Amino acid sequence: MYAFDFEKPSSIAEAVAALKDEDAQALSGGQTLLPTLKQRLASPSKLVSLGGIAEMQGICHNDAGQICIGAATPHARVAAEVAANYPALAALAGGIGDPAVRNRGTIGGSLANNDPSACYPSAALASGAVIVTNARQIAADDYFQGMFATALEEGEIITEVRFPVPQSAAYVKFEQPASRFALVGVFVARFADGVRVAVTGASENGVFRWAEAEAALSANFAADALDGLALPADGMIADLHGSAAYRAHLVGVLTKRAVTNAA
Amino acid sequence: MTEIQMTVNGKAVRGTVEGRTLLVNFLREDLRLTGTHVGCDTSQCGACTVHVNGVSVKACTMLAAEADGADVRTIEGMAAADGTLSNLQQAFQDHHGLQCGFCTPGMVMTAAALLKENPKPTEAEVRQYLEGNICRCTGYHNIVKAILAASGQDVSAIAAE
Ligand SMILES: Cc1cc2nc3c(=O)[nH]c(=O)nc-3n(C[C@H](O)[C@H](O)[C@H](O)COP(=O)(O)OP(=O)(O)OC[C@H]3O[C@@H](n4cnc5c(N)ncnc54)[C@H](O)[C@@H]3O)c2cc1C
Ligand code: FES
Ligand code: FES
Repeated sequence: MYAFDFEKPSSIAEAVAALKDEDAQALSGGQTLLPTLKQRLASPSKLVSLGGIAEMQGICHNDAGQICIGAATPHARVAAEVAANYPALAALAGGIGDPAVRNRGTIGGSLANNDPSACYPSAALASGAVIVTNARQIAADDYFQGMFATALEEGEIITEVRFPVPQSAAYVKFEQPASRFALVGVFVARFADGVRVAVTGASENGVFRWAEAEAALSANFAADALDGLALPADGMIADLHGSAAYRAHLVGVLTKRAVTNAA
Repeated sequence: MTEIQMTVNGKAVRGTVEGRTLLVNFLREDLRLTGTHVGCDTSQCGACTVHVNGVSVKACTMLAAEADGADVRTIEGMAAADGTLSNLQQAFQDHHGLQCGFCTPGMVMTAAALLKENPKPTEAEVRQYLEGNICRCTGYHNIVKAILAASGQDVSAIAAE
């Protein structure tokens, strides 16, 4: 790692101020950023830890019936604390990486990073979550803008994520066994006014909604409603773990499994 | 440079570290607690697993400065002061849960975290929990057996492989 200064503010306002310095960068759980820095792929002048900010920790419920998760809440805590109210989200959090990664890695870090194979982006997009930052609220549909790209501005930090709770939902991940990330992952969420299907790990544009599957499932929420639907291999990720055609095929298989699990 | 202080294995310690100093380097190089190993340095192998405020973390993927004020426990804190091994460590020895021993500190710290959360895990739960700990020698079988034995379960029916 190149040398950097370290700061650990105790409020969102102080963190935002500290991030105004040139080349300062936010540090949350560090489970993505520290490995990146070790490879010298970035050289921030200063890391601003979000780990000491009490108002960014923990889980609560608001009057609109949404689950509000502080952006610096680690995966392990989400897995434990939303199990009763949103089991599919808890299961997703509990399936990220391994126990030590879940004790440090946070929801805010995962959504800010928007790795094309990360799990949380699919939950946020399928749930129609709201990403709350120090400056504004961003709908998940507007937030994800391609591989590692988001609507966040320079120095803007995610402070909270608000999840509407579907009637039923499920996340199915086909794990890439070495990294434990999703080779492909599908999150299906059924709401009173329709079904949302979000796919991670597959597309070169990052997480996306599968509109045809949503339409079919909104009419008939059953795995066989997807018979005959297929995604083109065009624009799918191809690497040594799987070809584009393989990933496109997996999306169909996993979506069916998710519907079966959610039904 | 940042001044930090923390409790390590029950003892108050302090030090001066760079922003980029990793917790594992602080433990090994400043405190000379070399039981915590670095296997990969890429957050994959779990050899560096320690407990920070009661939960397992990869000490190669946490800054020392982030552990300022924390309660840290390493493999050196697992045996009694007179060197008597903990029940869990003894089970690793009794069931041949190690060969070269490089992964063992991380395995023991992860297993201790598991048994705290789940005192009587099933074999599948043990294997699942060890996902972030890699062993190049044992094939995991005897590690799993040792952890089940340490949880007080009968492992006589689990054949050695
Ligand atoms: C072995 C291993 C296995 C893993 N397996 C999985 C997996 O199966 N599925 C999965 O989804 N992920 C996986 N991950 C990634 C893990 O979930 C990370 O914790 C997560 O992607 C990043 O969160 P973090 O809190 O660690 O963020 P950091 O690493 O601290 O930060 C990541 C990026 O986000 C920025 N950032 C952090 N917080 C904020 C914020 N609040 N506002 C704005 N910007 C912010 C940082 O500046 C940085 O650019 C794995 C990681 C490891 C090491
Ligand atoms: S040395 Fe930390 S995970 Fe391998
Ligand atoms: S005993 Fe050698 S790596 Fe596990």
